Amino acid sequence: MKKLVFAVLVSTFFLVGCSPSDEAALTLATTTSTDDSGLLDELLPIFEEETGHQVDVIAVGTGQALEIGRRGDADILLVHAKELEKEFVENGYGTERFTVMYNDYIFLGPVEDVANVKDSSNVDEGLSKIYQAGQNNETNFNSRGDNSGTHNKEKSLWEYYDFNAEGKNWYNSLGQGMGDTLIASNEMGAYTLTDRGTFLSMKDKLENLQIVLEGDDLLHNPYGIIPVNPNKFSNVNSEAAQELVEFFIREDIQDMIGEYGIENFGQPLFFPNAY
Amino acid sequence: MDVFISGLLEAISLLLNLDPYVTNIIFVSMRVSGIALIIATLVGVPLGAFLGLAKFPGKHFAIALLYTGMGLPPVVVGLFVFVLLSSAGPLGSLEWLFTPYAIIVAQSIIAFPLVAGFTMTAVMGVDKTLLLQLEALGATKKQALWATIKEARLGVLVAVIAGFGTIISEVGAVMLVGGNIAGRTRVLTSAIVLETRQGNFGIAMSFGIILLTITFIVNFVMLLFQRKKLIGSD
Repeated sequence: MKKLVFAVLVSTFFLVGCSPSDEAALTLATTTSTDDSGLLDELLPIFEEETGHQVDVIAVGTGQALEIGRRGDADILLVHAKELEKEFVENGYGTERFTVMYNDYIFLGPVEDVANVKDSSNVDEGLSKIYQAGQNNETNFNSRGDNSGTHNKEKSLWEYYDFNAEGKNWYNSLGQGMGDTLIASNEMGAYTLTDRGTFLSMKDKLENLQIVLEGDDLLHNPYGIIPVNPNKFSNVNSEAAQELVEFFIREDIQDMIGEYGIENFGQPLFFPNAY
Repeated sequence: MDVFISGLLEAISLLLNLDPYVTNIIFVSMRVSGIALIIATLVGVPLGAFLGLAKFPGKHFAIALLYTGMGLPPVVVGLFVFVLLSSAGPLGSLEWLFTPYAIIVAQSIIAFPLVAGFTMTAVMGVDKTLLLQLEALGATKKQALWATIKEARLGVLVAVIAGFGTIISEVGAVMLVGGNIAGRTRVLTSAIVLETRQGNFGIAMSFGIILLTITFIVNFVMLLFQRKKLIGSD
């Protein structure tokens, strides 16, 4: 009996470990936040239906997604790090960067909005109000502090307007992910910067927070889609990759991207901008 | 292997130069875990001694509970403390969440069953005739208890050290209730998690080395006392 159980376990393990290899599969490397949004779950089945190409999505950090591309382990990338993407193409790893869509960052703050950030007309004014209120010991600002895309964006905003926030006693560097940072900010009643998608998906748990600043051009977060260069890696499925690019920038799919999220959150998560 | 060697070298230079970021984290760790240990000792030692000596109905049940407590998953304690101190929770008005106080609460809860359990074992090991002698000499209950704890002091010390070793090296609860805030609630273990995730292996390894050193000292001292006890030359 024991032997039988053992044999069953081992064979199950073996079968699970070996999935049938699919010749026509297209490997798409993207970021965890893109995958978490659920947009790809909506669009990719349509693509698979139309073309017969199965798409394998690998969701990792931005840096790792680009690294996977540089090693030729993916056929196409969908990421949001414009400068790094341009570099990726310039160095010959990708054929071309196509703009697909953007989502945006928003500033959140406590419902009381102690620093009156809601009355500001742009990021400059908003940051200066947070800075002042912080210096007066009236409020805190929570930074992700984990060198993620969002954290780097936040740092660049402070720097852009010459605010030296880091190291101040009202500036908390959490060293955690977006979700953890939002939960902490909700508990502490602190200001923070987040991507809109994560905020909308957790909104019902964040009763003490509200959007205090949004819509400034500086807060845009553009997404690019880049086929990996077949001249560099012969194993790349460039034909299918090109089809996926055309699919994403097609008018009806662009419209779908613009509508995604309205049903669940009352507002879109992404703004199409291929044209 | 290169990563390991360069990490080690960076770790040594960070430690020798007393990098303020590193020293602050060591300080926060030692302070928070130290206070938690004092609380755990004040609660755990009398409780352990009582359970080791007293006879009362349901004693076995109490001991079973204590043994369960000794194996409490720290992250579950962290979750419990988080809910307790969260702004919507029963103790939300204290505003302790994401402060060192929250970590002290969680670590005290994690450590006190260990301290109590080991103390109980040590007290149970004290020669029973001692108690009889003390009572014959007209000692009060308090005096008898104190004399027993004194007799079992090495075991009690080992209990305290074991508690410290556990909480200084715990990460789940500390992350949950402390929030890993730089300079305030960032401790050795949560710093290791953060720096490793970012690929800063050198800094992560220096924290690792410090933590290993602390754990080694703790275990070494424990072994020393236990040997003394075994040889019976105190």
